[in-house]
Amino acid sequence: MPWRHLIGSLIACVLSAGSVLLRAQGDLHMLPVQGNVFLLASPAGNTTVQVGPEGPLLVDTQRAAMSARVLELVATLSPRPIRHIVLTSGGEQQAGGAASLAKAGRYIRVIDSIDPRGIDARSSIIAHINVLNRMTVAKVASESWPTDTYFVAEWSLFSNGEAVQLFHVPAAHSDGDTIVFFRRSDVVSTGAIFDAAAYPRFDPTRGGGIEGIIEGLNRVLDIAVSGAHQEGGTVVIPGRGRLSDETDVANYRDMVTIVRDRVRALAAKGLSLEEVRRAKPTSDYDGLYGAAADWTSDMFVEAIYRDVSRSGK
Amino acid sequence: MRFVHATGLAIGVSALLVVTAFAHVDLSGGWAQRFHEDLPERGAGPDIGDYLGLPINDAARLRADSWDAAKWTMPERQCEPHPADYGPRGPASMRISSTVDPVSQDVISWHTTLMWMLPHRTIYMDGRPRPSAYAQHTWQGFSTGEWEGDMLKVTTTHLKEGWLRRNGVPRSEKATLIEYFIRHGNYLTLVTVVKDPVYLTEAFVRTSNWVADPGFQLSPFSCIPTVEIERARDEIPHHLPGTNPYLTRTGGTAR
Repeated sequence: MPWRHLIGSLIACVLSAGSVLLRAQGDLHMLPVQGNVFLLASPAGNTTVQVGPEGPLLVDTQRAAMSARVLELVATLSPRPIRHIVLTSGGEQQAGGAASLAKAGRYIRVIDSIDPRGIDARSSIIAHINVLNRMTVAKVASESWPTDTYFVAEWSLFSNGEAVQLFHVPAAHSDGDTIVFFRRSDVVSTGAIFDAAAYPRFDPTRGGGIEGIIEGLNRVLDIAVSGAHQEGGTVVIPGRGRLSDETDVANYRDMVTIVRDRVRALAAKGLSLEEVRRAKPTSDYDGLYGAAADWTSDMFVEAIYRDVSRSGK
Repeated sequence: MRFVHATGLAIGVSALLVVTAFAHVDLSGGWAQRFHEDLPERGAGPDIGDYLGLPINDAARLRADSWDAAKWTMPERQCEPHPADYGPRGPASMRISSTVDPVSQDVISWHTTLMWMLPHRTIYMDGRPRPSAYAQHTWQGFSTGEWEGDMLKVTTTHLKEGWLRRNGVPRSEKATLIEYFIRHGNYLTLVTVVKDPVYLTEAFVRTSNWVADPGFQLSPFSCIPTVEIERARDEIPHHLPGTNPYLTRTGGTAR
């Protein structure tokens, strides 16, 4: 009898886990943004979709488990297969679905027209070369690797009737971050350097740093222009959280800079990490950005402390 | 006798219909601001560190203590308008107009435009749902209205971060603004209630007043930002905790 209870419990657990997964997959919201651009938003992060006659261009993929839902929603925007996928960095949220989404897409290269194998049956995956390097080192399956990389400060392509500019931000969330600017639609996708729902995440082991985050946010402010009376104008799609604009990025940039200044001043006085934490240098912003369980204010403060202590800045 | 009863009933029903029809007060027209209430705060402005009467928490106090007015010299700040909850406190003579459904003649939206920087709000009366949590926040937010007797109650969400007082006391983007537009003949009173789970310990209530001004005309207002002060790219005007020299004169936690 007890084993029947055990099996019953196991089945209940599996069903419960399945229902949680289904809810998570279903929890993807689609919003029109501006011009040719749409947003697919989940609590884990954002995917940008640019549509037009050539086929969709995506910025970041969501996690692999979300791919079916992403494809379902993209299909409501365009009957064409996904043509390009731009990765703003190489994390699970940005690149987790790259393999499955690319497999469902198609990008015709010049070489393919004379190649007996015919067209490339996948989307192109575009990223800074450091994303490819780190995926290679981490032994990520090659289906997720970028097929087209750039290694200079800026790169661009023309997609669906508008210029799409890629700006590399060195040493921010990682060392392979890209800001994507849709010029005609006047929309910027920032990737993880701007998280409207949490403090910015950066990982020094992947080449990230607080100075790069601040520079990346200032780079977004260089691009974004507000409309009359500071309303409208360039729409900014953060790596996670609600649609934003120049003022929202300026608010976030100010917060990051102020917390960096506070931690740096305390570290310069010789305070230990524990003493800096006790000083609560984020306490006036925790109600806005401190709710993420996997990236708490303490973790943010520690990351800044170690970064400024290491760099001496 | 029966005739008297029928007449009385007809008069009663007519009166009820009239009351129902006129329960929706016409707010439209030009309104001249009256500045007498809280004049020192709204005129010359509050002292740095003066938080008297504000139900703020420690987080708000730290942000205000860190605030520096030089923030407004930054190009991305120079053209910021007053947010919906602060706008009526500033130079705010106002024009109110309405959009009327041509078939039903119902007012389906009210519009307010204030003098300072011409912030324009639309207050939807058609019961439309609120935007997605992922939608943009704006300086004026998303407003819906409903009549409570003769008062127009307006609920506003999706506000961009603003301020409660002109000395750096913050109001977060998670706040909800409840307003009551109350017309007494030629006088208009606006009661605002700000509920902010991030920076307030309780609802913050204020009132502002106007007088009907049929000749009121809004003036054009334009703003183009410029570089006023050259700064390092990662420099933001603010004061580290305990170092704001201006707090020593008036108040704040550093005193």
